[in-house]
Amino acid sequence: MNQDVVAAQAEALAPDSQWPLWEVFTQSEQGAPHEHAGSLHATDAEQALQNARDVYARRGGVISLWVVPAAAITASSPGENGPFFDPGADKAYRHPQFYKVPRGVRGV
Amino acid sequence: MTSPSVVPAPRAAPNALFEYLLRLGDDRLVLGHRVSEWCGHGPILEEDIATSNVALDLLGQATMFLRLAGEVEGKGRDEDALAYFREVVEFRNCHLVELPKGDFAFTTARQFLFDVHAVVLLDALSRSTHAELAAIAAKALKEAKYHVRHSAEWMVKLGDGTDESHRRLQTAVDDLWRFTPEMFASDAVDRAMIELGIAPDLAELRVQWEALVRDVAERATLTLPHDTPRAAHVRGGRTGAHTEHLGHILAEMQIIARSHPGATW
Repeated sequence: MNQDVVAAQAEALAPDSQWPLWEVFTQSEQGAPHEHAGSLHATDAEQALQNARDVYARRGGVISLWVVPAAAITASSPGENGPFFDPGADKAYRHPQFYKVPRGVRGV
Repeated sequence: MTSPSVVPAPRAAPNALFEYLLRLGDDRLVLGHRVSEWCGHGPILEEDIATSNVALDLLGQATMFLRLAGEVEGKGRDEDALAYFREVVEFRNCHLVELPKGDFAFTTARQFLFDVHAVVLLDALSRSTHAELAAIAAKALKEAKYHVRHSAEWMVKLGDGTDESHRRLQTAVDDLWRFTPEMFASDAVDRAMIELGIAPDLAELRVQWEALVRDVAERATLTLPHDTPRAAHVRGGRTGAHTEHLGHILAEMQIIARSHPGATW
């Protein structure tokens, strides 16, 4: 999917604001993945980071924040979910359920 | 009823410390209330939350300073008694913090000028010989460092923004400038604190403050006024002489506590 389409999608997602949309990712502990927390509006990266801090990290439990311009995210198309995702579902040998996870390994 | 006719005079140090803690607490209580007036009225949702966070931080700091003030005074007054049951003339905040919130540029400029002052002061107070005060200052310093990052960012955005945002911010700085020396004016209370190693010399802090303010003002393409009034000419708030605005704040802030004394929720 080309950049113009992505930009158009971002525009469609935020028709109510003059400020660009940013996606926010928070990390709760060292080694844990940054997980999508939500989105917000900001004029630049520093403001996006500050707003993310106030909106998503003010109640604690966050040690790291990422902010990403929503327009920079290339998303899969819901209309193609069938061909895109289904082929993996019926091949059990691709799933990791036959392995034992050693005790002491967390966050898997 | 026979009451003791001789009341021992209060020792100078605790009294001065009580006064000093009231100044720290009242600056934050009154500014926190002013900032809270933006709650639900912020320019955008995200800033509304950010501004309310700042207000809550300031109220939290005020709570700690006033609680300690009450303990130092030793007359059984807690932070609520000090916040809700004192009159205008008993408040010790500087004039800067009691001015009406104005537009967003005015609020930003006032917050920035105060935040820089708070950072340099709390940093010094975190090394106070008074252990409890040092601990409170260290906790508040973390918050103040974020506050100044936020307000400095807005200073540059508005100052170096559109013609209108620049004009509004420059006007705000011009209007506020004459209220800044009071933050660094020192009197007998300050001198007593310096002597005991409890608080830093405000005159030295002012040099740090001005350097930091000038740096941001430059990035914000602002012109700082030249005619800085001498600190000695601007005293008032620290001795209980306030602008007409403080009475209105207190009326709103104190009415519930006074209408329903001792109420809990």
